[in-house]
Formats: sequence, C-alpha cells, structure tokens
Amino acid sequence: MKTILKCMFAAFCMLSLAACKEEASSKQEAATSPQKNTTTENQGQAFIEDDESQPNVLDIAIGSKDHSTLVAAVQAAGLENSLVNAGPLMVFAPTNEAFNKLPEGTVEGLLKPENKPKLAYILKHHVTPGNYDKEFLKKFKKLGQASNQNVEVTTEGDDVFVGGAKILASIPAGNGIVHVVDKVIVPTE
Amino acid sequence: MKRILSNIAMLALLAGFISSCNNSESNKNGNRGALASSAAEKVYVAPGEHDEYYAFISGGFSGQLSVYGLPSGRLFKVIPVFSQDPEKAWGYNEETKPMLNTSHGFVPWDDAHHPDISQTSGELDGRWVFINGNNTPRIAKIDLTTFETTEIIEVPNSAGNHSSSFVTENTEYVVAGTRFSVPVPQRDMPISEYKGNFEGALSFISVDPEDGGMDIKFQLLMPGFDYDLSHPGRGKSHGWFFFTTYNTEEANSLLEVNASQNDKDFIAAVNWKAIEEYVNNGGGKKMPARYAHNVYNDETHTATSTMKEEVLVVRPEEVPGAVYFLPTPKSPHGCDVDPSGEYIVGNGKLSADLTVHSFTKMLDAIENEKFDGEAYGIPILNFEDVLAGTVSQPGLGPLHTEFDGEGNAYTTFFISSEVVKWKLGSWEVVDRQPCYYSVGHLMIPGGNSRKPFGDYVVAMNKITKDRYLPTGPEVTQSAQLYDISGDKMELLLDFPTIGEPHYAAGIAADIVKKNSRKIFKLDENKHEYATLSPADARVERDGNEVHIYMSMIRSHFTPDNIEGIKVGDKVYFHVTNHEQDYDVPHGISMIGANTSELLIMPGQTETFVWEPKQVGVWPFYCTDFCSALHQEMQGYVRVSPADSDIELSWSLGE
Repeated sequence: MKTILKCMFAAFCMLSLAACKEEASSKQEAATSPQKNTTTENQGQAFIEDDESQPNVLDIAIGSKDHSTLVAAVQAAGLENSLVNAGPLMVFAPTNEAFNKLPEGTVEGLLKPENKPKLAYILKHHVTPGNYDKEFLKKFKKLGQASNQNVEVTTEGDDVFVGGAKILASIPAGNGIVHVVDKVIVPTE
Repeated sequence: MKRILSNIAMLALLAGFISSCNNSESNKNGNRGALASSAAEKVYVAPGEHDEYYAFISGGFSGQLSVYGLPSGRLFKVIPVFSQDPEKAWGYNEETKPMLNTSHGFVPWDDAHHPDISQTSGELDGRWVFINGNNTPRIAKIDLTTFETTEIIEVPNSAGNHSSSFVTENTEYVVAGTRFSVPVPQRDMPISEYKGNFEGALSFISVDPEDGGMDIKFQLLMPGFDYDLSHPGRGKSHGWFFFTTYNTEEANSLLEVNASQNDKDFIAAVNWKAIEEYVNNGGGKKMPARYAHNVYNDETHTATSTMKEEVLVVRPEEVPGAVYFLPTPKSPHGCDVDPSGEYIVGNGKLSADLTVHSFTKMLDAIENEKFDGEAYGIPILNFEDVLAGTVSQPGLGPLHTEFDGEGNAYTTFFISSEVVKWKLGSWEVVDRQPCYYSVGHLMIPGGNSRKPFGDYVVAMNKITKDRYLPTGPEVTQSAQLYDISGDKMELLLDFPTIGEPHYAAGIAADIVKKNSRKIFKLDENKHEYATLSPADARVERDGNEVHIYMSMIRSHFTPDNIEGIKVGDKVYFHVTNHEQDYDVPHGISMIGANTSELLIMPGQTETFVWEPKQVGVWPFYCTDFCSALHQEMQGYVRVSPADSDIELSWSLGE
C-alpha cells in the first residue's frame, strides 16, 4: 500500500507540475492570441477532484510504477478524458518493460508531437469498450478495440493472451478494468 | 505511525500541488471571463423579451417533455406525458386517468425518449410533437396549441419502443420500431428458442392530417434483431424509412458480448410507400392484438380509453422489393438522414468510424441486384456498392448526427465526450468541441427536416459530475448550447434539465407561439359534469356517490358550504373555472383527499374524488394564487356519521 501511495504521489506530483507548466504556456498563448476564446486543455472529467469513488482506469495506470511509459503516452496523446469516461473500459496496459521490448527509439519517436495521431491510434488499440475479468475473457475469440481493429484472444493453460500479449495481472477499476500485459499490442494496420 | 505520518505529509504536499494548480486554474477562468461575457450576450434574452426557438427536451425516465427557450435555456413548462404530475393533476384527476391506460392496466410512468415535431413538405409545421414511451410501448401526441398531451396509442407486438417516434415528411406516419424482438403473438415459449422465432415489429402509425388522430395502419414484422433508431427519408428518399439494427446475431443473453460478434449489422431500408400501396389494396393480415388508444378532447376536457382488438401485419416477403439491408459496421446506433435525403449516416457505436450510405447508390444497387446474400429472405446489399463515404477516426463512441442545412454534419461521441463537425461529401472533420460530459443525442432546431435552422446545437449529456453545485449522489442532468453559425462551434451555455435530457426537437418560436391558446371558451365546454352557470351549481346524491357541481371565479367557489355528506360517501368534485381571462387558473384541494390538487384553466372542468373517513367540518381552498382575495377563496364541507339523516344542502353567502 505504502509503495502504491508513494508512486501515486510521485506520479501526481509530476502530473501536477506538468499540468501547471501547460497552463502557464497556454496562458501565454491566450495573451498573445486574444481571439482564442475557450481553453479546453486540462478540463474535463480527468481533472475532477474525487477521493470518494473507486479509482478509474486512468488513476490505476498513474498509480503504478510499472506504467510510467504508458501514462506518459496517454498524456502525450491527450487521451486522459477518454479513459475516465463511464465506459465501461477495458484497458490492456503494457508495462514499462513491454515498451522497452520495442525497437530502440520507437517510444521516443511516438512521443513526438507530430506523431500524436499515430500514438493515439496505438493506444486505442489497447482499449476495449467492455469490462471482463481474465476468466471471462476466455469466452471470447476476439475483441473489437477502440482502434476499430480486432485483436485475437487465445489461452494457454491458465494464461490468457490478447493480441499476443499475456495478461500478468488484473485490477478492477471504477469505470472498467485494467489488465496488465507483457507486450505492446501493435496494430496490423 | 511513522508510515501514516509520512503518508499524511505526502498527501499534504500533494494537496499543495493541486491547490497551486487551482490558482492557475482560477487565473485561467479569469482570462475566460472577458470571453465568457460575449457568450453571455449571445444567450441573454432581456426581461420581457422572447426566445428565438422552442426546444422540446424529453425528460427520459421522468416520462415528461420539457419546454425550453433557446438561446436562453430558460424552462417554461414541464408537460406530463407518460407520468403523473400532481402539479397539473395529470393522471390524478378523473379526466386524465384514462390517458395512462394500457393493455396492462394503468401504467403511470414511462421512459420518454425521442420527441419529433410534425412536418409538412419536409419542413416543421409546429402542430404537434410526438414522443415515444419505451417501456410499455406507446406513442404520445402533444398538441402545440395547448401544450398538453392529447393522444396516446399503445403499440402491440413491440417491446422497448426505441426506434421511435419519427415522422415522415408530411406527417403521413409517425413510426415506432421495437428495440427488443419478442414472440409475435406473445406466447409461453423457452427464451433459448429466440433465434428464428422472435420477431421485430416496425409500426407505421397514420396521422390524420386534420386532427392528428393516430391509428396503426400496419406493422411490418421483421427478423428478430434489435431495432435501435430510425429516421425517414426526405426529398428524394421520401417514401423510405431507415432503421439501424444490432444483435443481428439474435442473441438472447449477455448481449454485450454476444451481440458484438458480427463485424457488420444492418441499416434496414423500408419502402413504406410500397407497403402502404399493398395494404391499401387489401394486403396484409389482421391478427388479434390488445392495445389501448387514449384520446383527450378539448371540448369535453375528458379523455377516453378504447381497447383495440386487432392489428394489420405484413411480412417482408409479401411485398418483394420493399425491404433491403444495408451492411453497417458494428452495432450502429444513430440512423440519421441529411436534409437532401441523399445520405444515411450510421453511427457504429463500437466502431471508430462513421459510415455514410448513399440513397442514389442504394437505388442503383437494388436496380442492378448487387446483392451480397440475404437474411430471412431480405436482400443484403453489397456494402461497397451503397457506401457514400466514411468519416475516419473522428472520435470514440459515435452516437448521433444532425445537420445544419449548410452541408455540415455534427456527430456526438460518448466516450471521447465531444461534438465533431464534419463535411458531407468530403467526409473531412472541420471542428470539434468537448462536451461536459459523455454526450448522447444532440439537436439542431429542424435538424431532422429538409430545412434545419442552423444557428445552434444543443448537446444532451449523460453525465454532469462537477459542472454545477453538488446535490449529493444524484446531481442535475444537463444540456449544453453551442453557437454553430460560424466556422467554429462555440460553447455558450450549460443549463440543467428535467430528468435525463434524452433527445429534443427544436423549432423557430414564430411558427408555434401564434397558435398557443389563451383560454378555453366556457360556452364550448361539453364536459359531462360542467357547471356552466353558478345557478346550476348543485349537489346530487346517488346512493353513496355524491356529485358536487361546482363553479369557481375570483374569489369564491359556488357552493362554498355543503352539508349532508356522510362518512363512507364517494364525493366527486366537478369543478368548472368560470374565468375567461388569460392566465387565471384556479386550483382546489380538499383536506385528506387521497389524490392531488386540481389545476383548472379558464373555461375548463376537472374532477377529483374525496372519500371522507372522519366526521367533522372540513375545509377546501384554492391552491393557485389567483387574485388579491385568493386567501378568501375557501369553503367547508360538513361530514356526518354514516347513519346520519341530515339532508344534502349547499349554499354561497347565506
């Protein structure tokens, strides 16, 4: 528990700092371009303070030290608000190690602003509208992802693989479930 | 302990970070202040001025229809439709109870979803609003001279009446499609035998062009899919109707998995003119069915409920060439037709893309028989042959689309919580605005007609969370108004709504407001128990039933002293409002009456029942602050023991 808290704390601090920075820059922007009349960054459900409800899938990812790459990617792709939606959402969350398995430079490349749509697409390929535990997933042959592509579901003994990625752990969330996976599920298209 | 301390320290630090952000947040709001004032001007309607548009926003599970003004977002009236409303005595007084009658008995609630305004030549004519009750399938009609529900027809062979209640372009029909397929006729059978045995009824309810009277002309019995939403063709596609389907897998359990197996479901295209012709020539089969038809009459001020015994059904195979399936990706939800009638937009809620079909290509594919198989004898058109285009990856969870008449379409996205504007023909996304939060339907006044009024779009959200002052776990429901007159959409206003703002219909106020009635004429009052002159006021006994014929005018009841009522009597107060002046309703309520007040409009008669249980002298009074002497508007009823021999008597001012 303590570790999780500490991790959450660290992540939150980073987030808060990052958010503050972003705001500072958007303020400058607003000052230089007065015709820009609505600021929508950092607005939305992801930014509601709520310590009563069960953590949502975004909270869980942020709270996990093994998912800092994923969280950075979600932020770079601007997908925070989608991940706190009523969903239900099933997120296959590749660990940092899973990201490290990608060819060198891949993650850095994807995090560049010009690759935002591509990054968003890859991340959406890790999200299913639905909420099924690992056992229940065995009933499926495929899942339809938010990327509009399907991923295969296979089993080996007790293990369940989604798009070739093995489910390592599962954490129920307020708006769905997070399945920790050992691989990045790369879309074929 | 140390651990806890360190955790607390962390949390405190964390709180510090958050609050430091809050500061910049408030700065940001400060920056928005100047800009917000221009939005404020756009929605400001000065005191005494009128709004430009009426918006009829359904109350979803409140069973009501609310009337708002746009752009102000001001609420004018909540019209009870499939609900009891003690404020207006709707469903409580004797006159309106029959409106809520069904083949299942009195059902005082429903889930009111899709209001649609009547049309003439494809343009809104502002005569009636139709709305569907989902749960116990019904279609209601609201008269826009009185803004009251004047007719409700139950829909047999239907369940979860969701792809309803949309009108054809001359209001020839209001259409009601079943969401849940069921056994037709209903019968005792295993649920597991759903597939191939259940059927989905699409009901075409004719609307009398004179008085709006509704009658089920025919039901098309389709395969056992779920019929989700629908819209009529218009212009070139007038005569057709389009329905989205899901669960073409015909699953009967765990639909979230089992109804998502097919990569494509269908939009069903129905040539209703062809079926109408078939039916007019004696086609179709009458089958037994029980459904209530309830009509309210503005002269008798009373509703009647008639139980109908049969309905005409048609199966697709009887009318070759009348029904086709257009493959559409992934459980399409919204089914929207653009103002020209050329484009049929299917929003696959599990798809990331929007699919747009072409009516012209559809006709061509039909003519050249470009079929890709069939389902239950219904030809499936080849997807590529009917596809006009795809809006690729515009957002997550597309639901509904409306049109501005300028070549733009606006689609809501539930999961990414936004409205996206895109261009018909080029399919390019041109703008997006976030919704707070998780938008369902959206509404452009006239957006479902040949001639939309493309000034505003109203987004109706499913989730509000922190947008207003909190009110416990249940917070207000909410809509948002955007200005769409420019290239970019601009959020102008959040406003709270009654119940779930499921969907809405909007219309220029000028078309409707001139027809709004001010009073009911007393000399046209044909209520069975009306008291047309104070001289006719009286009390009559028939066994233990007592009928009080009462009139009311500022500021007294006639009679106001009544004696000779006994414990065990059933006392009917038939009260007629003799005012003939605009906006002078009166109310009446009796201590201990097991019902609501009455709220009686000028010239109208209403009735409530009181069954006195205790001996005494019991007062009644006017419940609507009517006049300077409103507090004097009161009376007494003397209740004697059941075996008393006191004669009935009544008086005023004696």
